[in-house]
Amino acid sequence: MDFKNRDIISINDFSKEELLHILKVVKQIENKPKNNLLKGKLLATLFFEPSTRTRLSFISAMEQLGGEVLGFADSESTSRQKGESLWDTIRMTEQYADAIIIRHPLEGSGRLAAEAASIPVINGGDGSNQHPTQTILDMYTILKTKGKLENLHVGFVGDLKYGRTVHSLVMALSHFSPTFYFIAPDALQIPESYLDELFQKKIEYNKTSDLTRFSRELDILYVTRIQKERFPDPLEYEKFKDVYTINKSFLQNVKKDLKIMHPLPRVSEIDKSVDATQHAAYFEQAAFGIPVRKALLALVLGKVK
Amino acid sequence: MGRKKIKKKGVRKNRRSREKIKAKKIDPSSPKSESKKELTISAIDDGTVIDHIPSDATFKVADILRLEKHDGVVSIATNLHSKSVGSKGIVKVGGKSLTQDEVNKIAIVAPDATVNIITNYNVKEKIKVKSPDFIDNVVKCSNPVCITNNEQVNTKFYVVKKDPLKIRCHYCERNMGKEDIQII
Repeated sequence: MDFKNRDIISINDFSKEELLHILKVVKQIENKPKNNLLKGKLLATLFFEPSTRTRLSFISAMEQLGGEVLGFADSESTSRQKGESLWDTIRMTEQYADAIIIRHPLEGSGRLAAEAASIPVINGGDGSNQHPTQTILDMYTILKTKGKLENLHVGFVGDLKYGRTVHSLVMALSHFSPTFYFIAPDALQIPESYLDELFQKKIEYNKTSDLTRFSRELDILYVTRIQKERFPDPLEYEKFKDVYTINKSFLQNVKKDLKIMHPLPRVSEIDKSVDATQHAAYFEQAAFGIPVRKALLALVLGKVK
Repeated sequence: MGRKKIKKKGVRKNRRSREKIKAKKIDPSSPKSESKKELTISAIDDGTVIDHIPSDATFKVADILRLEKHDGVVSIATNLHSKSVGSKGIVKVGGKSLTQDEVNKIAIVAPDATVNIITNYNVKEKIKVKSPDFIDNVVKCSNPVCITNNEQVNTKFYVVKKDPLKIRCHYCERNMGKEDIQII
C-alpha cells in the first residue's frame, strides 16, 4: 500500500484496510524508530488556531526523524491579517516545504488546502469537522490497551454534538462491528446524520443522558470536554460545563478492564483521582501522538510503505 | 379512445392560439376539488413550461431562472392539484429556452419536474429532468463556518439520498436537507 503524496484530510477518506495498514506502520515505527528517516525533509506547520498537543507532537515527530519544521502557531503574525486567502497561503507555502500540516477554524479548510497544494497536506483540525490524526491515535490507543478493535462496547460522553474527535472515531470504529453508547444531554447529543449512517451500517447504538446507565457494559469510555469555544451562547455553555464528572465512585460500577480515554485538554470532566487507577489511558493516549504522527509523516513523504 | 379525443381537442385549441390552460384550484374545504372555481393561465406561443414542480419549490424554480428580470411573459401557478405529485406548481416562461445549467439546477429542487419546450403553441420537446449525483457550484452551503462561505471557492456537494433529498458538502462534510437548500 503506497501513501506517498496522499493527503490526510478526513477519516472518511480511508478504508478499513488502509486504517489497519497505517496502524501496522505506527507499531513498526514505535518499536523500531529510524532516526534519520526524514532527513532533508521540511514540514510547514500552519496553525491558524491555537493547539498544544497536535502542533508540538508533529514538531517533535518530525525532528525525531531528522526532519525540520517551519511555520507559525497563530494567524496573528501572518499575511492572513492582510487579507490573503487560504488558497494563496497554501500555494506560497508549498514552494518552501515538502508537506503541510494545517489547523484552521473554518470547516473544510483542510480539503481546500489539499486541493491548492501539490505536496501532501495533513489536516490538524478544521473547526468541528475533522481531526484525522487524532482519530488514528485514538484507534492505536484502543488497539494497544484492549489488544483488538473488533466487537468492542464503546461509550462516548460529553459534547457529542460539536466534538470532532467523537464524530471521526465513531466513523472509524464503525468498520469494526462495535456497540456504541452515546451519553450526553439532549442538546449535546450526537447529530442525527451519524445515527443515520450507523443505522445503515447495522451498527447497534444506545443514546442516554444517564452516565451510569450502561457503565457496566463498557470496554472503552471516551470522555470529551464541553467545548466553550463552540458555543454561540455563553449561557448555554454554563448550563452544561459540569454536567458529567468521571470520579472514583463512578469506577465502582465498571468492568475491571474498562479504559478511559480523553483527547485532552480536560477541564473538570475527569477527576484527578482517576489518573492513578488502571482505567486511565488518556496520558498514554497523548504519548501515542508521537509514533502516530511519525508514521503518517513517513507514509505521506514516501519513506515507508 | 376517450383519452385520444381529449388530446385532439387540446391540439385544436392550441392551433387557434387562444387556448387557456385550465387548472383546478385547490379548495381546502373541498379536498376533492369539486368546486367549480378555476383559474386560468395563458398559454405561451414560444418558450418553456416547467411542470410537476413540488409546490414548495415553485418559487425556487422562479429564482433559479431569475424570472424577476425576464422581459417576456411569465406565469407562475402553485398549489395546483396533481394526480401524480399531489400538489404541484407550473412555471411558464415566454421567449426563453433553458440552458443545461438551469435544467441541472431545477433538478435539485424539483427532481420530478418536466421541461416542455414550446414552439408555436405546441410542445416541441418534453424533457424529464434528472436528479444529479454531484452538484457543482449550484448550491450554497448552509454551514456559516464552511470554508466555501468564507473564501472564493466553488461549492461541491454529493447527493447522499435522492428522496427526500440529502446532500453532503465536499468541504465541511455537513449534510443538508431540501429545506436548507439555497441556490447560488
